[in-house]
Amino acid sequence: MKWLWSALALLLGRGRRPAAPAAVERPRIVPRQPPSPRGENWVLLLLVLATVAAGAFIAVYAIDRLPAQTQLLGLALGLAFAFLAAAAAVASRFVVPVEEVSEPYPEPEHPAERDEVLQIVEESGERMTRRRLLKVAAGGAGMTLGTALVAPVASLGPALHPDALRRTPWRRGVRLMNSSGRPLRLQDIEEKAFYTAFPEHASHDELGAPLVVVRVDASRLDLPDGRDPERWAPDGVVAYSKICTHAGCAVALYRAPLFEPTSASPALVCPCHYSTFDPATGGGVLFGPAGRPLPQLPLEVDGGDLRAGGGFSGPIGPSWWGVRRR
Amino acid sequence: MRTLAAVLAALMLAGAASAADTARGRKLYFSACAQCHGPDLRGVDRDARVGAGDNLALGPSLRGVGAQAADFYLRTGYMPLRDPTTQPRRTHPKYSERDLHALVDFVASFGGPGVPRVHPVRGRTGLGLVLFTEHCAGCHQVVGEGGIVTGSRVPSLEHATATQIAEAVRVGPYVMPRFSERQISPRELDSLVRYVLYARDPDDRGGWGLGHLGPVPEGIVVWLFAGAALLVVARLIGEGLKR
Repeated sequence: MKWLWSALALLLGRGRRPAAPAAVERPRIVPRQPPSPRGENWVLLLLVLATVAAGAFIAVYAIDRLPAQTQLLGLALGLAFAFLAAAAAVASRFVVPVEEVSEPYPEPEHPAERDEVLQIVEESGERMTRRRLLKVAAGGAGMTLGTALVAPVASLGPALHPDALRRTPWRRGVRLMNSSGRPLRLQDIEEKAFYTAFPEHASHDELGAPLVVVRVDASRLDLPDGRDPERWAPDGVVAYSKICTHAGCAVALYRAPLFEPTSASPALVCPCHYSTFDPATGGGVLFGPAGRPLPQLPLEVDGGDLRAGGGFSGPIGPSWWGVRRR
Repeated sequence: MRTLAAVLAALMLAGAASAADTARGRKLYFSACAQCHGPDLRGVDRDARVGAGDNLALGPSLRGVGAQAADFYLRTGYMPLRDPTTQPRRTHPKYSERDLHALVDFVASFGGPGVPRVHPVRGRTGLGLVLFTEHCAGCHQVVGEGGIVTGSRVPSLEHATATQIAEAVRVGPYVMPRFSERQISPRELDSLVRYVLYARDPDDRGGWGLGHLGPVPEGIVVWLFAGAALLVVARLIGEGLKR
């Protein structure tokens, strides 16, 4: 309760300077207490430190390539909160009055009573000598902390350059390489095994770069209309974007039954929310929250090496509003 | 002359023993395996219903799977399997060492790769981590705790021996994909196995592994502990102010 009143006192006390007192001098309700410049200094210092820590969070977040990024972010935010809490604690102890005032307050029905409450609030604030400075410091700390808390929203997606979501390095003729930079060869792709491929001469980190490549039994192959098996599944080898169409995780699981009659059918599975895709039917969704098939990449065989035969069959990466119309 | 006779006798005895073991393996095979894998080891598929009523007998061909697969399935207790439509679970091996050898030799006599030799000490844990994250961690979790994939359970690697890990990588049991020597070389497999053995007892930075299940239990613990700590602090401040 006292905390609430202190906060109320701070809020309502603004703009009411004791230099412009009411015309009539009234007897005090809140006993006069000496100002505490030391306490105020401490509060100021702590608020400034909180601002600096919150600012550090924003800075670390924006730089985005420090070695211990996560730990630094946690440290900065934690310190900001700790300083703010300390400032509040010191303020409650030394800067705002801590005397019990008569409680509970009745509903202020009469103007006299209302004036009395106002007077209490006003007199409570009198103990502060540098009210304006304290207010600016508290506001600054609060705003910086607020910005720090909102800053990670920037990670939700490229708001300014949404093209990054659609761009892929796959063009006709780009060779498929494994993670150690050796080209993937058609004859090396075995059934019941799965392979991750990246485009030659392109960053592995791009959303559209990684592929999952598997060989499907030719008798099971049932690609959507318009996808010629010669072009999209040479010798039963199919390639899909490795990024799940649900939330953008890596489709890192390949369910490859050793003996199909007694277990589940072959499928590509995303470990995040278990979206399950059928590699034999053009990446159709078998199970899970994904709303559209995995984008497929047409393939060409050039002297045994696998190359892209064009772009993906659909937009890569997680789904968003209107993604099917692209 | 006497030594030669002794050697000859020993060889004959060994030959007799191995012939006896092969017969033993055949007998064991027909008593426990042949119903699902077929009397000629060619397997039983859905069209050829062998069992009576609900006792459906189904099983893959064992020709060409070699000692590698037989050793893996028998030593992990995966086989014999009571109901062929269920996922095999790890239990104690159901055969004595001698019977197990006899069965493995019998299956191996139909061709196929031998038990892979793995030397974890020759591997590098760091390289193993890289390989494990790329090929295995999607299903088995980064420290081999296991998990699920739609339609089946992913076993934990807690009790797998070095040889069994190597066998599983090459065989691809149940719905696990298999990895050829071209994809994971024997040298790389040494590192991979070394990492799996290491990951059973990793040096946890925080001191408490929480089952190594990842961020969800860690988050829950943080919220519980941090929430309790905050309550205590708030309480202490309140008490301090009252005085």
